[in-house]
Amino acid sequence: MGLEQKLGNMGVVTARLEDAVNWGRTNSMWPILFGLACCAIEMMSMQASHYDASRFGMELMRPSPRQSDLMIVAGRVSRKMAPVLRRLYDQMAEPKWVIAMGDCASCGGIFNNYAIVQGVDEIVPVDVYVAGCPPRPEALIDGIMTLHEKIRGESMKDWA
Amino acid sequence: MDKNMPEPDAYSAKIKQAHPEAIESVVDFRGERTLVIKQEFLRDVCLLLRDDEDLRFNYLEDIVADDMLPEYPRFAVNYHMCSTINKHTVRLRVPVDDPDDGPETVASVWPIASWLEMEVWDLMGITFKGNDQLRRLFLPEDWQGHPLRKDYPLGYEEVQFSFNWELIDAKKPYAKD
Amino acid sequence: MTDGASPGENDRPIPASDIVHELTVEELRAKYGSGLVITSEDNMLLSMGPQHPSTHGVLRLLVELDGETVVNLAPDIGFLHTGVEKTMESKTYTKALVMTDRLDYLAPLSNNLGYVMAVEKLLDVEPPPRAQVIRLILTELTRIASHLVWLGTHALDIAAMTVFLYTFREREYLLDIFEMCAGQRMMASFFRPGGLWRDVPEEFVPAVRNFLEFFPAKIADYEALLKRNPIFLDRTKGVGTISADDAIAWGLSGPSLRGSGVDWDIRKAYPYMGYEEYEFDVPVGEKGDIYDRYWCRMLEMRESLKLVEQALDRLPDGPVTIDDWKIVPPPRSELGRSMEAVIHHFKIWTEGFKAPEGFVFQRIESPRGEFACYLRGDGSPKPARVHFRTPSYVNLASLPLMGKGVFIADLVAIIGSIDIVLGEIDR
Repeated sequence: MGLEQKLGNMGVVTARLEDAVNWGRTNSMWPILFGLACCAIEMMSMQASHYDASRFGMELMRPSPRQSDLMIVAGRVSRKMAPVLRRLYDQMAEPKWVIAMGDCASCGGIFNNYAIVQGVDEIVPVDVYVAGCPPRPEALIDGIMTLHEKIRGESMKDWA
Repeated sequence: MDKNMPEPDAYSAKIKQAHPEAIESVVDFRGERTLVIKQEFLRDVCLLLRDDEDLRFNYLEDIVADDMLPEYPRFAVNYHMCSTINKHTVRLRVPVDDPDDGPETVASVWPIASWLEMEVWDLMGITFKGNDQLRRLFLPEDWQGHPLRKDYPLGYEEVQFSFNWELIDAKKPYAKD
Repeated sequence: MTDGASPGENDRPIPASDIVHELTVEELRAKYGSGLVITSEDNMLLSMGPQHPSTHGVLRLLVELDGETVVNLAPDIGFLHTGVEKTMESKTYTKALVMTDRLDYLAPLSNNLGYVMAVEKLLDVEPPPRAQVIRLILTELTRIASHLVWLGTHALDIAAMTVFLYTFREREYLLDIFEMCAGQRMMASFFRPGGLWRDVPEEFVPAVRNFLEFFPAKIADYEALLKRNPIFLDRTKGVGTISADDAIAWGLSGPSLRGSGVDWDIRKAYPYMGYEEYEFDVPVGEKGDIYDRYWCRMLEMRESLKLVEQALDRLPDGPVTIDDWKIVPPPRSELGRSMEAVIHHFKIWTEGFKAPEGFVFQRIESPRGEFACYLRGDGSPKPARVHFRTPSYVNLASLPLMGKGVFIADLVAIIGSIDIVLGEIDR
């Protein structure tokens, strides 16, 4: 990351650099295999051939957190699972993003009780929330596109 | 409607013969037969039901614990079983007064009972005598309390509407990293 | 094993109980009691953790390994515990129905059916014939959809990836049918106490008939990929066997039980919803290994097609809900005309219908085995106790029996073959 620090704010050069790096980051984001409950089935449907996720570079779902950069929290997070989730998030390498897929990950969903964490943003910082119970694969793809737009708008100050 | 139930007194007669004071009452509701059994006789009755040639209840389907708080006795443990050979079904209901002094385990009769009793202990807190595998299964190991009891709160978070949005937002623990 | 985070890095300190710490052998022995007896200090204890590509959800298996051979294993569940049973006690019967979809999320209409039939048994009402037949059609289609997901993920675990793509393609067609009826692809909540939510649209019958025409060729496709594949046969024949007596003693049910040679199907033993009037066979295996369970499920898909065809042929006309406005909300066209309808509408949607006192136990055959619902009413509009006897929870208890002495790669195949869904196990 030393290049950006040396170049500073040199106008056209840094703008082009930002575009290139952001383009590279969005076009081959590898999600971590983190399907917990029903939303995972819709995430699998998104991976399958009907709503192909491979056209976004996401056909590889890596089980290892070290090799992935997007965590799609798909499903309800129970209190027993919360420390596991945090640990996996910490093991992911920068840059990393989190999509809270579904109502249970966004706000606890229909389960407002002792056992479910009311929204996964109590544990990890979330970039995009996708609503639905479960959200259609198209809604999830819309969430991923929103995340891509967000990343493309990032500047060098946000990176390091 | 259970079409495969034998005559009304077939089980009760056999059980009365072997253990006369075991049955407290017989309830027939919506076509299902329930035998209310006293806690001390449970394991013997289960052995009889499994081994008797006419009954042969070899399949334990479920163990369900019930909490009827204002009533006395407070808890009841239901055993649902069926026979794959004769296709009968029956439910044994054991009223339990003190949850720490529950019925004896029937794991020696049907091995699956140890697994089912684990769930009952975890969520309702009824200890089964003789089952040394009672541990926290669904909840984290250090959880206190037994959630399915009626005096355990639901633990819900207040719903954020627009009039109390900021109030609840300030108290909500967001992750800052 | 290095820890990814140290407690000082975050703004908010993580309490000590939240950190998942490594346990020594003594601590494990003390904690798990005689459930996991560690036979020798030389063996390795592996935690096939909650996040794992092949455990079909968040299941954690503590496996004691001697090299590659599994010596002992204990399942550790609870990572998806939702407190459904307690939450349903605080909602009315109709509002609680929505939660039943989320238990076994691969066959949501099947869970709906179990709960709704229990409520109807408690209320002592019977839905009209058209509702029964449509329920049967949708339940059997759900069975096919669930077996398709099972086949896709099971084959994916055994590294046959094409089957996964094929089965999900067919499943999209079924999800279109569910969406056409209920508006939701997966969690339809289409069955309500007293009948259905609403009548099926006109495109339903042609769509289902179209499905019946092209689907048998697709099953033949899947079999062509797997049935004579030497790798698949080597990995599944003779692996993970369980005997019939063990299976019954350990409460196994569904295709896993039938694979061991026991002819036990709730649809035949305690017929419900009109199953006694249809002609269908129940496939039964012989040896109880993974291949037999796979074969039972493939044949079951064909039997479901037969059932759907027979049901479509005898679909009667008529209402889809019973005529009792105390339980079923009145149609909106009546609300403008009748004061009674308005009162009933108000009572149902605010307070809910009251169920009598008593307890019932309704069992059905879900794609995974015997699904049953214990329901106790106490005269109030909310259920006093709901309990679901879910097949995956009980089937999981046989995993240690099936998994002793196999390689760890076989363990992955065995988990897939007993077809567990963690939402059902953890409720």
